[in-house]
Amino acid sequence: MPTGRLAVWWLIASEIVIFGGVLGSYIMHRLGHPEWANQSVHTNTWAGAFNTFVLLTSSLSAVLAHNAASRGDGKRAAKLLWATIGGGAVFLVVKSFEWTNEIQHGYTITSNTFWSFYYTAAGLHGLHVIAGMIVMMFVAADAAKNKELQRVENAGLYWHFVDLVWIFLFPLLYIAK
Amino acid sequence: MSDNAHAPAAPGAEPSNAHGHAAHDDKFYIRIWGILLVLLVVSVIGPELGIRVVTLITAFGIAIVKAYLVLKNFMHIGVEKKYVAYLLITMVALMVLMVGGVGPDVLRHDGHRWSNVAAKKTVEEGLKAGGGHDAHGGEHKAGEKPAEPAPAH
Amino acid sequence: MSTAAHAEQDHAHGHAHHDEGFIKKYLWSTDHKMIAMQYLFTGMAMALIGGFTVYAFRMQLAFPGMSVPGYGRVTATDYNALVTTHGSVMIFWVAMPVLIAALGNYLIPLMIGCDDMVFPRLNRLSYQLFLISSIVLIASFYVPGGAFGGAWTSYPPLSAKAEYSLTGLGSSMWLLAVALEFAAFLLGGINFVTTVMNSRAPGMKMFDVPIVVWMIIIASILFMASVGPLIAGAVMLLFDQQIGTGFFDPAKGGDPVLWQHLFWFFGHPEVYVVLLPAMGIVAEIITVFSRKKLFAYKTVLYTAIGTGVLSFFVWAHHQFIAGIDPRMANVFSVTTLLISIPVAEMVFVYIGTLYGGSIRLTTPMLWALSFIAEFLLGGVTGIFLGASGSDIYFHDTYFVIAHFHYTFFPIAFIGSFAAITYWFPKMFGKMMNETWGKVHFWGTIISFNFIFIPLFFLGARGDHRRIYDYRHFPDLMKAGMQDMRILATLALLVLLAFQVVFLVNFFYSLFKGAKAPANPWEANTLEWQAPSPPPHGNFPQGLPNVYRGPYEYSHPDRQADWWPQTEPEPTKS
Repeated sequence: MPTGRLAVWWLIASEIVIFGGVLGSYIMHRLGHPEWANQSVHTNTWAGAFNTFVLLTSSLSAVLAHNAASRGDGKRAAKLLWATIGGGAVFLVVKSFEWTNEIQHGYTITSNTFWSFYYTAAGLHGLHVIAGMIVMMFVAADAAKNKELQRVENAGLYWHFVDLVWIFLFPLLYIAK
Repeated sequence: MSDNAHAPAAPGAEPSNAHGHAAHDDKFYIRIWGILLVLLVVSVIGPELGIRVVTLITAFGIAIVKAYLVLKNFMHIGVEKKYVAYLLITMVALMVLMVGGVGPDVLRHDGHRWSNVAAKKTVEEGLKAGGGHDAHGGEHKAGEKPAEPAPAH
Repeated sequence: MSTAAHAEQDHAHGHAHHDEGFIKKYLWSTDHKMIAMQYLFTGMAMALIGGFTVYAFRMQLAFPGMSVPGYGRVTATDYNALVTTHGSVMIFWVAMPVLIAALGNYLIPLMIGCDDMVFPRLNRLSYQLFLISSIVLIASFYVPGGAFGGAWTSYPPLSAKAEYSLTGLGSSMWLLAVALEFAAFLLGGINFVTTVMNSRAPGMKMFDVPIVVWMIIIASILFMASVGPLIAGAVMLLFDQQIGTGFFDPAKGGDPVLWQHLFWFFGHPEVYVVLLPAMGIVAEIITVFSRKKLFAYKTVLYTAIGTGVLSFFVWAHHQFIAGIDPRMANVFSVTTLLISIPVAEMVFVYIGTLYGGSIRLTTPMLWALSFIAEFLLGGVTGIFLGASGSDIYFHDTYFVIAHFHYTFFPIAFIGSFAAITYWFPKMFGKMMNETWGKVHFWGTIISFNFIFIPLFFLGARGDHRRIYDYRHFPDLMKAGMQDMRILATLALLVLLAFQVVFLVNFFYSLFKGAKAPANPWEANTLEWQAPSPPPHGNFPQGLPNVYRGPYEYSHPDRQADWWPQTEPEPTKS
C-alpha cells in the first residue's frame, strides 16, 4: 500500500479512539442522566440535518475528486476539492449561526454538562473540519498543476472520516431527545 | 465493492493513485450519495414519531448503515488490505471495552453497597426543573424552545 | 534547573562540524539519527530535572524542615509540585523520549536497512512539538502559584479547581504540555509503523525484523490505541479548569471517577509502552553477548503482542479503592494476575537464551542482566497490588512506590543505560570506557536496591505516600521508620552521585574515546554493517540485502560465531 495512504489509515485509527473517548463519556453520562432530555430538546435538529447534508455532499465531491485524480485529471480533481472545501466552509458557517443562537438563548458551555459535551464534541469535530480544509487547500493547489495526485485520495480519506464522525454526532447530539 | 467484477483488485500493486478500484464512474458515487440522503431524511423523520424503538432504530441504526456505506463506497475499505478493516474494528472494539469497563461506575449511580448521592441529586433536581437550564436560567420558562437559528442558505 | 538543561544541550551540540550550517544540521535536521540525538539529549536533560526534584523532596522526607542544599526549605506546596514534576517528567519526558522516540528513531531505519523514516519532515515536527511541550512544562515552574502539584495522575477534583490545587495556571500548563507531548508521539508512532511496514530492506521478511524493532512498533500501536480517551479527557479537564464546565464535577452532573478511568485506560497500557522497548533492548543485548540465537523468537513476539492486548483489560486495578464497583474489581484482579504470565514467559525465554551461552560480561550485558533481575522483583511485588484484597491495604503506601520503581527504574534507566552503552559506538563512532562503565553500573544497582527495599518495609508498615512531614503522624514515626527513610535518602544521594560518573564517561568518550570499528560487538543486525557513525543516508555502499534472521550466532557450520544478516549464503557446490 502506498505509504501516504497507510499513514492516513493509522491516523484515522488513532482519531477513532480520541473521538471514542469523548463520545463514550458522553453516552455513559447521557444514559445515566435522564434529565438531560430536557436540555437536548433545545438543539436545532434542522441545522444539524442540513449540516449532515452538507458534509455528505462534500464527501461526494471528495470521492469524485479522487476519481478524477485517478484518471489523471488534476484540473477537475482540484475543482472538486475546492467544492469540498466550500462544503466545509458552509458547514462551519451554519455551525457558527447555530452556536450564536444557542449562546444568545443562554445555553453556554457551562450552563449544563449536556451543553459542555455538546460544545466539546462538536468543537473537536469542527477543529478536524478546519484541519481537513487546510490540508485540502494544499492538495488542491498541487493537483491543479497535476502534481502529487495520490494525495487527493489521502485527503479525501481523511475527509470521509470527518464525515463519519459527524454521522454519529448528529443522532447523538441532535436526534436523541 | 458492490459489483464483483473487480473484487479481488490488489491495492498497493500500483504505487500511486490508480489502484484498481477506481473503475467506478461518477454516476455510481452520485447514486450512493442519493441513498445516503434518503437515509438522512428517514433518520430525521423517524424520531419525530416519538416511539422510542423507532427513534433508536432510525437514529442509530441508520447512522451505522450510513457509516458502512461511506466506508465501503467512498473510502473503499473493501479493496483495501484486510488489516485496515481489522485495525478500525479493533479501535472501535477498544472503545466498546472502555465503555463496558467504565459504565458500571459512571453510567450507573448505585451498585453493590455504594451509591453516588451527588449524581442522583442532580438527576432529581434536573428532572424537577424541567426544560429550563438550571445554571443560567432566567429568561426562559421550562420547555420553551429557542427560536430557530437563521439558516445559512 | 532549566539552565542546566540548556547548558547540557549546548554542550552536546558543541562538537559541530560546520559543513552544512549549525542550525540546519543540529536543530532543523530531518535526518532520523539527528532527531534521535535531539530526543536523547532532551531526555537526558529532563532526567536531570527529574533527578533534582527527587533529591529535594527525599531530603525533606528524611530530614524534615531542613534547608536542602541547592534548593532551600521545601514548603508543603513545593513538596507537592516536586513530587508531581518528578513523576510526570520521568515517565513522559524521560522514559518515553529516550526509549521510544530516541531509540526508535535511531534504530528503526538502521535495523530494517533503509536510509531514513518515510516522513522525515513529520519526524522533525514530532520532535519540535516535543521540545515545545518540554518548554511549556519547564515554564510552568515559574508562573504564579508554581508548578502543578496534583500528582502525575492529576485526579479531579484536586486538579480541576484552582481553589483546591492552588496552581490554577500551573495545572493547565501541565495539561497542555502533556497533550503536546502526546501529539508528538502520535506523529512519531505513525511514522514508525509506516516505515517498518513499507521500507524494509529487500529480503527482510516479517520474522527477520529484530525484536527491538518489533517491540517499539507494538509499543507505538499500543500508545496510539490507548491515548485517545486521555486526550479527550485532557480537553475536558482543561475546560473544567479554565472555563468552569463540570465534566468531572458531580454537583454539575459530571463524574470524577470518569477521569480516573480515562487516565488509566491510557496509563496502564503506557506501562507496557515503555516496558516492551526495554525488553527488546535486552533481547538484542543478551543474544549478542551470550553468542546464542534468541531462544524462541516467535514466542517472544507473540508474547509481546499478547501482553499488549491484555494490557487493555487491566486498567481499573489502579482504582480498587476509588469507589469502583467491587464486582468489577474481581474481574480486574483476575486479568491483572493473568498479565504476569506473558511477562514472566519473556523473562524465561531470556534466561533460556543465556543458558549454555558463552557469556561476555561487558557493561551493556551487565545492564541487560540486571534488568531481568530487578524487573523480576518489580513484577513479583505487583502481584500483591493486583489482587484487590491485599491492594486495599497496600494502596497509596510506599509499597506501591517501591513496586513501581522496581518496574520503572529498570525500564527507564537500566534499559536506557543498556541501550546507550550498547549503541554508543554506533551513535558516536567512539567506544565508551568499560571500567568506568562498570563502576557506574555497580554503584547504581547497589544504591538503587538500598533506596527501594526499605520502602517496601515502610509501605508494609502503613507509610502513606502523600505525606509532607511525618512528624505530624506519630503512628508513622515508630521505632526505625524514620531511620529507613534516612537510609533510602542516603542511598539516593549515592545513586545520584554515580550518575556523574556516567555523564563524565559519556562526554569524555564522546570527545576523547577510542575510535570504534563498524562492528565492535560482532553483532548480526543491519545497523552494525553501516559505518560508525552512519553518514546521512546510512548505508554509503548501497542499501543492504537481507538473507537471514537477526540472531544467527554460533552457527555450527561456520567458523566465525556470528553471521551478519547481509552476508549472502555461501554457494553450495
